[in-house]
Amino acid sequence: MPRWRLVAYLAAALVLMPLLVLLLSWQSVDTMIWSHLLQTQLFTLIGNTLVLVGGVGVGVILLGVSLAWLTSLCEFPGRRLFDWALMLPFAIPAYVLAFVVIGLLDFAGPVQTQLRAWLGSDFRMFPIRSTGGVIAVLILVFYPYVYMLARGAFLAQGRGLMEASRILGHSPWQGFWRVALPMARPAIGAGVALAIMETLADFGAVSVFNYDTFTTAIYKTWHGFYSLQTATQLASLLLLFVFLALYVERRAQGSKRFPGSDKPRQGPLYRLRGPLAWLACGYCALVLAVAFVIPVIQLVWWAFDSGVADFDSRYWRVIRNTLLLGGMAALITVGVATLLVLARRLQPIRRVRSAVAVANLGYALPGSVLAVGIMFAFSFLDNQLLIPLRQWLGNPQAGQLLMGSLFALLLAYLIRFMAVAYGPLDTSLARIRPSLPEAAHSLGQSGWTVFWRVYLPLLLPGVLSAALLVFVDVLKEMPATLLMRPFGWDTLAVRIHGLTVEGEWQRAALPALTLVLVGLLPVIVLIRRSGRGVRH
Amino acid sequence: MSVTRTIAVVSLALTAVTGVAQAQDKELVVYSSRQEHLIKPVFEFYTAKTGTKINYITDGEAPLMARLRAEGVNTPADLFITVDAGNLWQAEEMGLLRPVKSEVISANIPSQYRSSNDQWTGLSLRARTIVYSTERVDPATLSTYEALADDSWKGRLCLRTSKKVYNQSLTATMLETLGQERTTEVISGWVANLEVPVFANDTALIEAIDAGQCDVGIVNTYYFGRLEQDRPNLKAKLFWPNQEDRGVHVNISGAGVTKHAKHPEAAIAFLEWLTTEEAQRIFADVNQEFPANASLAPSEEVAAWGEFKADTINVEVAGRRQPEAIMLMDRLGWN
Repeated sequence: MPRWRLVAYLAAALVLMPLLVLLLSWQSVDTMIWSHLLQTQLFTLIGNTLVLVGGVGVGVILLGVSLAWLTSLCEFPGRRLFDWALMLPFAIPAYVLAFVVIGLLDFAGPVQTQLRAWLGSDFRMFPIRSTGGVIAVLILVFYPYVYMLARGAFLAQGRGLMEASRILGHSPWQGFWRVALPMARPAIGAGVALAIMETLADFGAVSVFNYDTFTTAIYKTWHGFYSLQTATQLASLLLLFVFLALYVERRAQGSKRFPGSDKPRQGPLYRLRGPLAWLACGYCALVLAVAFVIPVIQLVWWAFDSGVADFDSRYWRVIRNTLLLGGMAALITVGVATLLVLARRLQPIRRVRSAVAVANLGYALPGSVLAVGIMFAFSFLDNQLLIPLRQWLGNPQAGQLLMGSLFALLLAYLIRFMAVAYGPLDTSLARIRPSLPEAAHSLGQSGWTVFWRVYLPLLLPGVLSAALLVFVDVLKEMPATLLMRPFGWDTLAVRIHGLTVEGEWQRAALPALTLVLVGLLPVIVLIRRSGRGVRH
Repeated sequence: MSVTRTIAVVSLALTAVTGVAQAQDKELVVYSSRQEHLIKPVFEFYTAKTGTKINYITDGEAPLMARLRAEGVNTPADLFITVDAGNLWQAEEMGLLRPVKSEVISANIPSQYRSSNDQWTGLSLRARTIVYSTERVDPATLSTYEALADDSWKGRLCLRTSKKVYNQSLTATMLETLGQERTTEVISGWVANLEVPVFANDTALIEAIDAGQCDVGIVNTYYFGRLEQDRPNLKAKLFWPNQEDRGVHVNISGAGVTKHAKHPEAAIAFLEWLTTEEAQRIFADVNQEFPANASLAPSEEVAAWGEFKADTINVEVAGRRQPEAIMLMDRLGWN
């Protein structure tokens, strides 16, 4: 079936286009800027970046896995609520949580001001604008990746497995460490990989904290030294980092794949009682409060404080644009990612595997750099191919086709968020036993029928998670949207950008709040649908 | 030939989908890094006045310049609006703009706020000046930017990050007037006097002064103006430094007509109008800035901060010496 191979190559080519633009930047090197970077900041920046990635990586594993374990396998007061509510922080963009946390907790913010009023004006709290502060914010924003994927894995493991481990003399604790956790490792790994890629690419949150990372150096080189070329070179080095991270993740996982259980578990495995139950409840409540409830209350407060005057009739158009873009991008991206996952499964030859790996690279680059790469690639196509072609076809007035078109923006989203859709799809495909499609084939069914009637129904939970992740990510995406949107296609993220750039943080609360609310709807719908157990 | 035909069909289909508008006379396309809420009132006024429809995209200046460069001859943009002379100078360096010889513009805007090759002009002015705590600072102890490097300000000075172009331009003009050695001394002194990590924006810095975390800082006037409006009891005031020598550091927001503009006449007409009193009033007042048109007095709230002597150095310096300024700040640990 050569067509599978073709799909993988095409997707890889699409992502390679902007990456090639990045690599082309190495044609010449600005020694002045490079030697300055090497002499002053580069090693500090790399150190800072590693600290950030390490801290966030460990944090999202601890938070994501422990919460997933509690809500998917235990029973305690409030579990049903936390089950879906713990996904909610995912709807808050990192840059929004960053400015809320600083607005709330910095020296001039309400918390410290109140504390000084009580404890005397010499009172000093720990500095929130610090390495610890920025790591905490990113953990709170990115743990849902791990939570969601780990939860799916724990639910799919089925009850029989843990029961067997207990019959064999494992304590619940041992069962978790020796059976459940190793089996969920691919899913957890995929979640952590997404969180780490987001961290590497993050510019919004770190710049609110003024924490210098590799990404901020890229921006500084571009915006300050006006050297887009050197910035692109730095970005391609960042890609090396990502390659390494992904490689380590793949190697660590090896080729272990665990088919899911045929009988998803009904009912909880552990009924927590007494203080333990309340401890679990308190822990979940604390995370939810810090990562979601308190920030949202603060946003509501600001939104009313700065007046709802900004909420004009055009707001509905902005909301509509935001939803449309998110929806269309989710459809396209999940469609392509599904084909990729299948291609890798059905033709696992080295070349296809590499193509698939390449197709997933767009996520780790700082959005702005990737956006510029895509823009140069599309402009090149416009100028060198499409416009001359249309002039030759008899349209002397031909203008740009790709640049400034909706199509180009959607392609940019596809390139950027392929990995986000790929992760959940890959883990849910891994749980489909090869014997199922084999059986279908032996019954004389063609490839397409098997796809429609065997794979797709089984993939559905993965498809839904993937669509949700992409949808919310597109809502939050800023640089590519800013750079490539057609005239008049302003989104909520564009509104937030316009205000925060001007330092109008409180006025940005209204679009930020709207963005969170709009992003919540699908999160709630989806999480509630996938309730207990896995649907077939 | 089937490939060509396919592309042709796809291309036609795309045209239908994207609805690429063909050039009309009464239309303009603007790329602006001055944000929407600060330009829309001016655009709407002009459209109502002349019937010219204005399409615009807002983004950061660097991405917009990259886009202009990538689009080249085929760019739809007619006008580029941005803040900070450094950025305008860079757009000119990159060959994105065209010279516009206009008597209207040169009569309305003083020459130190325009490109020496007529490729761009300033439209509004903002002063980057000292802000101090009314509770803990006697304004008599304030004198110059440089004096903030003295030991008496140890642990009392707060600054915004050096990543913001406003601080880069301030440092670049200091390099030009004071020279490398003196500027190095001053900035080292500033960094040594910092008590808390630098702030990500001016507003946060003024709030920190109000709350008692810092005593003095350096900010753009309009940030102060905005906060003053929100908080009538703000415990901070502006101070005009260097009145005995070069004057207060002033920067601009401005615009230029793009090199490959599709509607150059309309773009020039609009740019000329932007320098007239009618437009200057809206353009400056919407952000509490000073009009670049010298015949116009600033708005009441801006005038309330008092008269001051402004640095008359040509703002192009900010662009020319920007890389040097950033390297200096990096070396001295102003992050």
